[in-house]
Formats: sequence, C-alpha cells, structure tokens
Amino acid sequence: MTSIDHRRTQNRDELDRLLDEAKEIRGVSLWQDAWKRLKRNRVAMISLYVLISLAWMAFLTPLVPLQSPIDKDLNNRRFLPPNIETVVLGSREGLKFADGRLTGELAKFREQTRQLEAELNATVDPMKAEQLREDLRQRTLVEHPFNQLWNKLDGVSWWLCQRRVDLFGDYAIPSLMGTDKLGRDLLSRVFWGARVSLIVGLVATLVSLVIGVSYGAIAGYFGGRIDSVMMRLVDILYSVPFIFVVIFLVTFLGEDAVKAWLETYGIDQITLFYIVIGAIYWLTMSRVVRGQVLSLRQEQFIEAAHTIGASPMRIVFRHLVPNVLGIVIVYLTLTIPSVMLFEAFLSFLGLGVAPPDVSWGLLLNDGVEALSSVKLFWWMVLFPGAALASTLFALNFLGDGLRDALDPRMKNRG
Amino acid sequence: MRDLLSYLLTRAGWMLLTLWAVYTVSFVLMRSVPGNPFSSERSCPPAIERQLKARYNLDAPPIEQYFDYLVGIVTRGDLGWSIRLEDYSVNQVLAEGFPVSASLAIFALVFAITLGVSAGVISAVYRGTKADFAMMTAAVMGIAIPNFVLASVAILLFVFGLHWFPAGGWGTLRQVTLPALCLGAPVAAYIARLTRAGMLEVLTRDHVRTAFAKGLPKRTVILRHVLPGALLPVVSYLGPATASVLTGSLVLEKIFGLPGMGSHFIFAATQRDYTLAMGMVLTYTVLLFVMNTLVDVSYAIIDPRVKLQ
Repeated sequence: MTSIDHRRTQNRDELDRLLDEAKEIRGVSLWQDAWKRLKRNRVAMISLYVLISLAWMAFLTPLVPLQSPIDKDLNNRRFLPPNIETVVLGSREGLKFADGRLTGELAKFREQTRQLEAELNATVDPMKAEQLREDLRQRTLVEHPFNQLWNKLDGVSWWLCQRRVDLFGDYAIPSLMGTDKLGRDLLSRVFWGARVSLIVGLVATLVSLVIGVSYGAIAGYFGGRIDSVMMRLVDILYSVPFIFVVIFLVTFLGEDAVKAWLETYGIDQITLFYIVIGAIYWLTMSRVVRGQVLSLRQEQFIEAAHTIGASPMRIVFRHLVPNVLGIVIVYLTLTIPSVMLFEAFLSFLGLGVAPPDVSWGLLLNDGVEALSSVKLFWWMVLFPGAALASTLFALNFLGDGLRDALDPRMKNRG
Repeated sequence: MRDLLSYLLTRAGWMLLTLWAVYTVSFVLMRSVPGNPFSSERSCPPAIERQLKARYNLDAPPIEQYFDYLVGIVTRGDLGWSIRLEDYSVNQVLAEGFPVSASLAIFALVFAITLGVSAGVISAVYRGTKADFAMMTAAVMGIAIPNFVLASVAILLFVFGLHWFPAGGWGTLRQVTLPALCLGAPVAAYIARLTRAGMLEVLTRDHVRTAFAKGLPKRTVILRHVLPGALLPVVSYLGPATASVLTGSLVLEKIFGLPGMGSHFIFAATQRDYTLAMGMVLTYTVLLFVMNTLVDVSYAIIDPRVKLQ
C-alpha cells in the first residue's frame, strides 16, 4: 500500500516537473521566427533603418531649417553649385519682407493682424464688421508670409513650420546640393519631394493591395467557375498596355474642366493619381494571393470555420487573408519601388505631379533637362537621383530579406 | 499539335474581345474629354470648323461615330486619318513608326536576355565571390535608376564624352545600339536576378548532384542540367518584359529623338489626336497579346508539365 502511494507521489512529482518545463517553453510564432531571421540579415536591417529614418525625415521636413522649396531667385541664385554660404530665410529682395527676413515680416504681419482685430472689435456696424472679418480671414489664409515660401501647407505642416521658425528663426541650411534653374534650393526640394514620392508609392501600393488581395482571395476561395472567370479577366488585363490607358486618363484628368468638376467633390489631382496608379498594379498581387488561398482553403481551420457557420466573407477576410500576409508584405516592398519609378516616368513625360508640387521624378526630369545643355549642372541629377536610387535600393533589399525571412524552407539554414 | 491549334484559336478569340474592350474604353475616354481637337486652335470660322468635323466624322452622334469607326477598322483595317498630322492616315504613321519601335524593342530584348542570363549564371556559379557581389549590385542599380536618367547620362558619357556613338539619327547599327542598351538595361537587371535565383534553386537538386557525381564536367552540368530548369521563371517574365520595353520605349524615343511609335503616341495623347492615339493603343494591345501567347506556348514546350488550356 505504501509503496503504491509512494509511486503515485513520485509520478505526480514527475508530471509536475514536466508541466513546469513545458510552461518554460515559449512557442515561436511565424512572425517572431521571421523577425529573428530578418535581424540576422545585415543588409535588410540597414535598409529597414534607412527607410524608417527616411519616413521620419519626410514627415518632419517642415521642422528642418531648410530654405524655401518654391521661392525663385532668377537674379542671383540660378544654377549655384553646392556651397556652404549661409542663407537668411526671406532675404530675397523680390519678397519685400520687412528687414529682409522672415521673422521681421512675421512680426509685421502679426502687428497688422492685431490692428485689424482691434478695429474689428471696435466697430459696431454689422456690415462693416462682416467686411473686416472677411478681410481678416483673407489675410490669415492668403497673405500669410508662409504662403510665399511654402506651397499649400496642410495643418500639421503649418504647425511644424511655425515651430521651426520659433526654434531656428531665419536660419536656413546653406544650399548644400546647389540650386536649380530657377534659383530654388535643391536640398529643400529633395526633402519636400520625398514627401510626395513616398506618399505616391505608399498610397498607390495600398490601393493595389486592397484590390489585389480581395480579388485574389475571393477568386481563390470560391474556386470553380468564379475563379476561372476572375482569373481569365486578370489574364486579359495583363495584355492591356496599361501605360497608354494611364496616359489617356492623366491627360483627361488634367483638363481644366475635369479638374474643376473633381474639385467640387473634394478630390485633387494628386489623390486621383495615386488611385489610378494603384488600380493598375494589383494584377500580380491578386495572382499570388489566389495561389496561396487555393492551397490554404483545404486546411482544417477553414473547415472548422465552416462548421461553426462563419460566412464566406468572414472566412476570406478573417481567416484566409491574415494567413497570406507574409507573401503580401514581400510583394508590397517590391511594388513600392516600381510605383515610385512609374511616378518618375510619368513626371518625365510631363504627366505626373504638377508644379508647384515637387517629387523626385520631377526633380530628376529638371536635372536631365539641365544636363543636356553644354554646361554640366551635375548636382541637379546626382542628388535627386541618389535619393531615389537609395530608397529603391533599400526597398529592394528589404523585400529580398523579408522573402528569405518568411520562407519556412530557410528556417534551419543560417 | 491539335492542342496547340485550338489553344491559339481560343487566344485569338480572347484577343478580339480584349481589343474590342480596349477600343470601347479608349473611345469613351477620348470622347468624354471636354472640347474637341479643334477647340484649342486659333478660332477658325464656324464654316471651316464644320468642314473639319465632317471630314473626321466628328459631327455624327457619338454612337454612330463609335460604330462607323469600328466597322472601318474591322472591314478595311482602316484606322482613319490622323487629326493632327496633316495628310497622314493613321496606318501610314504606324507603318513608319512600327519598324523603328519593333527593331528597337527586339534589340533591347535580345541584349537584355543575353546579358541578364549570362550575368545570372556567372554570379550563381561563383556565388559569394566579388564577381557575384559586383554583378548583383549592378543589377539592383539597373532596377533602381529610372531609364531616362540612365539614358541621359549614357548620352553624355558615350556620345559627347567618348564619341563612341553618334548623337542621333536612325538606321545604322551604331545608331540603334545605345538606345537599345539603355532600354534593355533594367530588363537585363531583372533577368539577371531571376536567373541567379533559379540557378541557385536548381543547383541544390538531386539530379544535379548525380550529374556531378558521375563525373560530368562542370560546364556540361550547368549548361545541360541546371540552366533549362533555371530559365523557366525568366521565360515567364518575358511577357511583362515586353510590356516594360514598350513602356520604356516611350521615354527612350523621346530622349534619342527616334521616329518610332512611342513618340507619336505621347504626341497623340497630349494633343488629343483621337484617331492616332486609338490606332496606337490597339497596335500595342495586339503586340502585347501576341507576345504573351508566344511566351505561354514556349513555356509549354520547355516545361512538359505545363498544359496549354
């Protein structure tokens, strides 16, 4: 009897020990595993850091003490090679800023606004007050000195610009990258261009992601006739020379009447541009996703979801799509570069981002135009080109790294 | 053989359908642009404008225009008169531009395949060496630099700097080389990466190990046993490669001033030359479709596991 008891407690101890040991072991999810492998890939990690800092720099551009990206100086500053001469913001004579500096003009502007406000508070006549209010509104919106130095700042950028003036005053970084044919500082244009280029890349890719993933997942999940019809459509679309359709669309959307009509709906040209580009880059994504979903839909967890009565759409978007995310992310990092190149290509044809907005493609186009003249303005090609190329490099390397990291066959190799 | 024939017939059917869809979409897009091709001109007398519109059949109701033009294309292969280029029919413009664009594209593709495949094979065989690293860096550069920048720098370097190539013109081999190289470079870079990845995968297969084990020379193993398998992804990339070459030729023709279809297309689209633009889009669609079909057929020939359907 005692010996049995004894054995029992021993067994219990043994089991407890096993249980404790099991508790110690943490399951490694696919993502943690992939992350570990990615961390070991030096090139991919450097690319990741480069991209993250690039995104931050693009976001914080208004805060950086750069010169104005749009203020032209045709008299003194055309085609200056890279130099380290200090520039005072707002010092160009043509701007007619008070004291020849931005802070001086800002002080003057504030003073005038205050006077107007005082006048407004003093008037009792409602008609006159209304007119004054309108004046005041016009002043703050249109005549603010910022509007002469920057183009269409949105709320956040405006705020950041103000902080920049608080922090740095009139100081501006010298033209380290030279100036362009209209005397604008290239460094600040590269910075501001980064914002547009990156956003075009991101938004267009996201549009293509949404279309491609839902299309592919639905085709793959339903299979059969639906699948063959949907995929046949993709086959056909592959044979349509989209570039020409896009050129049509862009010229069409560039018409003044169309622009005005779109503006009544609150859509500007750039937004539409993202959508159009995104709408043509979804084909490959949908093929890849469909292939993955086809193999996944036989799995047991899908059957389980079926049995508990999940609707088809729920299965597709809650159970299938998260499982193909890995490959989708890889394709994402490889689609962004091609979209950015496409933007550069359209800018070259004069169909892309329209001035006074800047993008890297537009800068490169300006640079290439300057290159063909007899004098070598090399900085106008080199710097925007280097910016674009290094971004694309980083994205490509990151994409390759992610592909290796998410590939389960690579699990036990180095 | 029977398979192939029926496959080609189905593809032709799909092509017609695609062409019709492209035609319809382009037609709608072009006609919904406000104004007409003559509205931007210095104001001409209304009588003349009426005459012009009548000549180009722009005075008919849109539906009638749609069918008239379609019937013209289908029955006579007649794409109409160019609106902007005086006394040129669209067919004439195409006949002049097509040989230029086609030879440029063929040269570019041949160059891209030769260079890309050999670079990919070399860097896969000598994996991890400096040559591999250098070639793959060059390949990423080729993908990351827009071709108009590449072309401008190449012109500066090879035409004005080294005087290797003539500045412009068309016709001789020396005049074709530089634009074709610039056009093919990004495609070559992509093919090199695809080949390298494919080679590395096939190199680890059992049959390759067997081939080495039975003492075949390295050269034979690579050329006979590894390369055919490794080239499958490259073959399937040739369809998109054609598309990218056609797209790139728009830019290259503009930079090098070549009288091809690409420069005409840009002109037609921006100047709202309805008929010319339509003709171009339809031609490009046919080209792309034929190329994709060829790629599919050759894929089935190379890889017996693939069935044409």
